[in-house]
Amino acid sequence: MKLYLYQAIFTLLVCEGLIKGDQVFRIHAETEDHLEVLNKLKGNRELDFWTDGISTALPVDIRVPHASLYAVKKFLNGKKIPFTVMINNVQELLDKEKAEMRKNAAMESSSKIFNFTTYHTLDEIYSWMDTLVAAHSNVVSKVDIGKSYENRPMYVLKFSTGGAGKPAIWIDAGIHAREWISHATAVWIANQIATDFASKRAPVPKILGVMDIYMLIVANPDGYVFSHTSPNELYRFWRKNRSVTSNPKCRGVDINRNWDAEFGTPGASDDPCAEDYRGPSANSEIEVKNMANFIVNNANFKSFITLHSFKQLLMYPYGYTGKDTPDKSELHSVALSAANALKSWHGTVYQVGSIFSTIEQASGASIDWAYNRGIKYSYAFELRDTGTYGFLLPADQIVSTSRETWLAIKYIMNYVCDKL
Amino acid sequence: MFCFVLLVFSLFQLTPALPVYQKHLLSCCESADLVNNCLNTIKESETEADAEMATGDLEPTHFPARRAAKVALHYINTQHGSPFKVFGLQTVHKARAEAVETGGRKYNLDFSVINWANEGSGLLSCTAEVFFPQNGPPEVQYNCDGLQKVNFTSEETDFLQKYREPESPLTAQYIPDSYGNMTDEMKPFWHLARVAASFIMLRESSEKTELNMAQVANITQQVTHENELKLNYYVLLHDMPSQEIIHWKLLMSWSPDGGVRVLNSEWQPKCPHDVPPNDNNTEPVSN
Repeated sequence: MKLYLYQAIFTLLVCEGLIKGDQVFRIHAETEDHLEVLNKLKGNRELDFWTDGISTALPVDIRVPHASLYAVKKFLNGKKIPFTVMINNVQELLDKEKAEMRKNAAMESSSKIFNFTTYHTLDEIYSWMDTLVAAHSNVVSKVDIGKSYENRPMYVLKFSTGGAGKPAIWIDAGIHAREWISHATAVWIANQIATDFASKRAPVPKILGVMDIYMLIVANPDGYVFSHTSPNELYRFWRKNRSVTSNPKCRGVDINRNWDAEFGTPGASDDPCAEDYRGPSANSEIEVKNMANFIVNNANFKSFITLHSFKQLLMYPYGYTGKDTPDKSELHSVALSAANALKSWHGTVYQVGSIFSTIEQASGASIDWAYNRGIKYSYAFELRDTGTYGFLLPADQIVSTSRETWLAIKYIMNYVCDKL
Repeated sequence: MFCFVLLVFSLFQLTPALPVYQKHLLSCCESADLVNNCLNTIKESETEADAEMATGDLEPTHFPARRAAKVALHYINTQHGSPFKVFGLQTVHKARAEAVETGGRKYNLDFSVINWANEGSGLLSCTAEVFFPQNGPPEVQYNCDGLQKVNFTSEETDFLQKYREPESPLTAQYIPDSYGNMTDEMKPFWHLARVAASFIMLRESSEKTELNMAQVANITQQVTHENELKLNYYVLLHDMPSQEIIHWKLLMSWSPDGGVRVLNSEWQPKCPHDVPPNDNNTEPVSN
């Protein structure tokens, strides 16, 4: 019955696709349901599957004949299966893409290792977290710090060798949904901390001997999911969370303008439609509440690091004012050294300075809140690049970006640790 | 009203199945509640230092110098950009700003530049003077060592020949895609989009903006019998201070000898409450 249904759909010629010629759809299956649907679609002879394997880790490419374009798109949207349309040059793409996909599928199936060289969905990141914890349970555990606006869990990975009340380091990524390289880098770094600890690679064992590390890889899960699965591809650029605001046409609060740090002063917008909308009040956003409460009530944080993109900047407080913090000169010199360490990997140049001077005035920002609470070594990274790809950084830069960022973060953590 | 017109227009003018990007614009407007107070212009950032903008010698790593340098680069790209030449800022070395007696402010800059379309090529060393008048777009004068020597004539000629009279006009979407991917074939078109967008970005720039092209949503080739390429682009721009994504449609032409010309450009509302920028943005951009 179901098969007949699928066949029926594809014989519908509802209307002419506006884009002429066959198209290649790249489908990102995210759930078991999606996999089931895709496997069934494979039985349809009109559709030319370019990908042999069907999994959630790799995209599935399907060449769809011109006449079926509208029907297939409608079907995929109806099933909420995310996809992107590749360009209309099927023949040239064919050979190149096919070879690449076969290689990846072979790699993936033979090694069963998480693929760090690609961007992952929220579900993939969350299931990888569990495998990391399982593989390194002596040092990594997962902490649920609360639910997002749309009721998704927010998970922090805790790296600890035990003991209560140890001084700690906080690292978060993904406060802004569209900054995908931040989540990807955090995933890689989390894995690196675990493996460095396991292989006794300096300075991680020393640091974890004395301190705990807490990593929140997806600080804005609703926004991240939205940027992957919104049927409107223009929302790849979604930034905020997904809370309903006072304007029914505009959702979302910029959760890096919602912290209790000079909230309401210049450097954020009070317009719910703006990308830097601060929200109705400080800490109004559940995601911020969860983070702030966790930080205040747990551990003894000495450093607060947040990952964003793009611009290649390493910044310290303040954002809300141009006045220097009392610790400016130390924060600046640590940042300079961290940026130098970063540069040693691949030559990537970061500029260093306060948020206020390097980007612009920003109020309600997380590192200002952290600093004013006494977490001295508070830093915000804007990762690659400087604008060529911007938010759409190609996946083949994930590992390189992660390695260089790790060198900078390691420097900061090591410095903080030595200063205890 | 605008959205109603757009909706009606689309029903009569376009085939039923719309390109993805247009369909989404419509769906936003269809549920339009035009009675609301939202403005979605490029926000004028109210900075503490509004009354006293940075003057004198500027810290080269801070945003005032960087923004001015990027404006210079928009201009340089309008003059020299091609499918194989798109110039981006590498580093600002020196910068000065001062108020101009007759109004407005000007910057003097010393900076280095790379060709984004030819990574691995060397740095060019440039100086520029960028003038931000009180009203109107910025004006730029510049000098770059070695710019004239950046030569891709044979690649450009081949490229034009290849696409000049296609069997079917080129059309593509989302360059790069959500994952940063694009085929090699699309790269020169991506570069051309950035050059064309530079005309708009230049015109829309002020000391309070920092514009960049985020993505090409759509390209459609317009067949022409002239010795040039004619392309319709839908581009998404990003402004750093406000973090807004701004949509523009434009029609441009390019030839190796004539360079890039933007024949028409039109701001696109993201949602019904969007208000266009102050400038008259539906006129052809003159160059």
